[in-house]
Amino acid sequence: MEYLLLQVLNGVQLGLLMFLLAAGLTLTLGIMDLVNLAHGSLYMMGAYIAWTLIGVTDSFVLGTLLALPAIFLLGVAVEIVVIRKLYARDHLTQVLATFGLILFFNELVRALWGPAGKSIAVPGFLNRTIEILPGVPYPAYRFAIIVVGALVAILLAWLVARTRLGMLIRAGASNRRMIGALGVNIELLFSLVFGLGAVFAGLAGLMAAPIASVRIGMGDDILILALVIIVIGGIGSIKGAFIAAMVVGQIDIVGRAFLPDILKTFMSSSAASSAAPAISQVLVYVLMAVVLVWRPTGLFGQRT
Amino acid sequence: MMAALRTPRGLATALILLVLAVLPLLTQAFDQRYLLSIGTRIVIWSIAAVSLNMILGYGGLVSFGHAMFFGIGGYAVGILSAEGVSSGWIQWPVALLAATAWAALIGALSLRTRGLYFIMITLAFAQLVYYVGSGLEAYGGDDGLNISRSRFPGLIDLRDKASFYWLCFALLCASLWFCGRYANSHFGLVLRGAKSNELRMTALGFPVFRYRLAAFTIAGALGGLSGILLANEGAYVSPAMMSWMKSGDLIVIVVLGGMGALFGPLYGTIAFFVLEEALPPLLNLAHKGWGEYWMIVFGPLLVLIALYARGGIDSLLGRRHE
Amino acid sequence: MTEPLLRTERLVKRYGGLLATDNVSIDVRPGEIHALIGPNGAGKTTLVHQLTGVVAPDSGAIHFAGRDVTRLATHARVRLGLGRSFQITSVLREFTALENVALAVQGHAGHSFRFLADARHDEALRGPARRLLEEVGLGERAGTLAASLSHGEQRQLEIAMALAGEPSLLLLDEPMAGMGVEESQRLIGFLRALKQKHAMLLIEHDMDAVFQLADRITVLVYGRAIASGTPDEIRANPDVRQAYLGEEAA
Repeated sequence: MEYLLLQVLNGVQLGLLMFLLAAGLTLTLGIMDLVNLAHGSLYMMGAYIAWTLIGVTDSFVLGTLLALPAIFLLGVAVEIVVIRKLYARDHLTQVLATFGLILFFNELVRALWGPAGKSIAVPGFLNRTIEILPGVPYPAYRFAIIVVGALVAILLAWLVARTRLGMLIRAGASNRRMIGALGVNIELLFSLVFGLGAVFAGLAGLMAAPIASVRIGMGDDILILALVIIVIGGIGSIKGAFIAAMVVGQIDIVGRAFLPDILKTFMSSSAASSAAPAISQVLVYVLMAVVLVWRPTGLFGQRT
Repeated sequence: MMAALRTPRGLATALILLVLAVLPLLTQAFDQRYLLSIGTRIVIWSIAAVSLNMILGYGGLVSFGHAMFFGIGGYAVGILSAEGVSSGWIQWPVALLAATAWAALIGALSLRTRGLYFIMITLAFAQLVYYVGSGLEAYGGDDGLNISRSRFPGLIDLRDKASFYWLCFALLCASLWFCGRYANSHFGLVLRGAKSNELRMTALGFPVFRYRLAAFTIAGALGGLSGILLANEGAYVSPAMMSWMKSGDLIVIVVLGGMGALFGPLYGTIAFFVLEEALPPLLNLAHKGWGEYWMIVFGPLLVLIALYARGGIDSLLGRRHE
Repeated sequence: MTEPLLRTERLVKRYGGLLATDNVSIDVRPGEIHALIGPNGAGKTTLVHQLTGVVAPDSGAIHFAGRDVTRLATHARVRLGLGRSFQITSVLREFTALENVALAVQGHAGHSFRFLADARHDEALRGPARRLLEEVGLGERAGTLAASLSHGEQRQLEIAMALAGEPSLLLLDEPMAGMGVEESQRLIGFLRALKQKHAMLLIEHDMDAVFQLADRITVLVYGRAIASGTPDEIRANPDVRQAYLGEEAA
């Protein structure tokens, strides 16, 4: 029972990380109608920039706090140099151009930081366990991720539901002309939204760094997972992205944690433990296929 | 035929095909075996690109998972080989059948969606196949699987590099021939019409979905063939051959060559491989050591192509006469 | 009285709280032009979508050529002889005028699962296509890309494409939209000559055209058919005058 609880928490933690990554993607897709494959690169850059700044400042908190504005600036710069030219283009152009950006960023990281992976240590004050229930310890760092992730989710929900920016976000890509008619500076709005998405992606990357590792291409596979999440949730829907991220997080962790035992009943234990992660990944994609066949525009997507 | 040679396009294409046709002789004469291996991969990837062009170029269907057919064709051969079935007469039909059936299945599911959702669902199915491949612990899992090449006793020995190359080249020519007929056939015109205006085609009485599904299935089968060849080329299969980056590479190749142009996939593949081989030494000339980071140049180049050169290489060769 | 070609029975379509089609029953008989008019937002487009099979009605039935087609897919209705032109010009812009019509002929000729023969030189398609282009007055423009045709010519091309299906009923969605007076007059003459062979359901804003062409007129307001009758009856109908004059005054 305790084990189950811990695994569910791990699933929540992974789901929130995925949500951070997916939120920026679904915003840019919903508002600017832009497919940004390079979003995973911003996730990677977040981790690398944080690694450097933590090294320079010798403080996890300070390094992290400095990394976030740096990622914001990077995001805005990418938006101005490349992304801005893509809004009016078709999806194929966007896919190609941002695919080019991925290659660029992966190689840039290799040139600047070298081919070997880096690691960021869990900061001292979080390098312990806390009792989430009497007698049930849980790593404090992972718990901190859950707290930060939940705070960002609440912030985003507030942003979308209560603010003028949120109103523009909800107006969506279909009403781009209406947004212009309201006298909003669209260029600035898009840059800001893109920068915000970059911050979320970078935050996810640097928070994941102490658990996973900081390496080239770390954003590539997780990007696909984030795309799957926003497609399941329905493009442009923050709520959909949140729900889908939670479900995917649970499938992934629960699959990893419990599938081996189930598989062991009919295959060798080493085969079971290596097949389980692959199977839980497969389950995520099966889920997406089922959702799309059932609702071709996702759970909360706008019907066309 | 002779008239076609007078256009830049005709001349360039004829030259390319001529060089490809005698490539094993050239590499032997100049003792450049390495070039033959690159040539073989160019020919195999061209077949895959031709198959993607059949749906992306002529159908406007942005399938972001086409490398999965590399995997399905390759793994079908690999698994049979690992299980002791070495005859190509069994391996190849089984692999083609698997690719065709899978393409028909996921085509039927994916083509219900439109636009971005279609891009994503094809990507997702490719990832699904990828993870199934990496979960096949009995067949090497993530590390992949060494296989022995398919046997066609008395007909051809695939271990002979030149023979294998010529087989691939013959299959490329056949694919190009078929694609040329397909593009201007009754079927091809419906597919291209639906790319231009789906609603209109439906109102003309065409069940567009069925045509697209047929095209997707044909493209999957041909993609599977390229997978069979790729597995035989390296005597090795692994999940890496169907990673989503490979699907991205295939899209890049088709666009680079010229979408919906018959020989576009051929130009695109050659350009892609030449860039991959030539950029590092060129950069090293500019500054020693830069060559290692050639993708820093290649990435932005892709961005520029996507933005400003969507007609691809084919459009540089002058106007096309349909 | 002849059996109607197209008949709807109490069609209902709701979008959320909005009743876009409210118990609409109309019919079109062979050889007649039945015009459907109504102010903007009256539900004409929704009704057209149901007739062509783009959306399904919530209740009610559509009968065409003696069959219940309520649940039939768009392309299957086309096969039964329901041709249409679009409100917004809808041609294959990257194809020539001749290729556009040839594809329309091909669509009518049955399945096109032929992979090897060259359709671009198939006289069984080109011949009828050329004749249709002549018929609508585009013979000279056969080799021109549809995208390069003038607006009026594109509307003519659309009608040629619809005619290729040898439809027993033509559904014309604002065929005069964006046309000059002269072009409209030419089209009116052309449509009048067509009606012996093809019955028409005409959706049109141009009242001159409607009253010149229609044998019967149905007026749609807020999803409901408030009146139906000959042009003279409609002209005299007080409800219609109010709906229209009210709209004009607003």
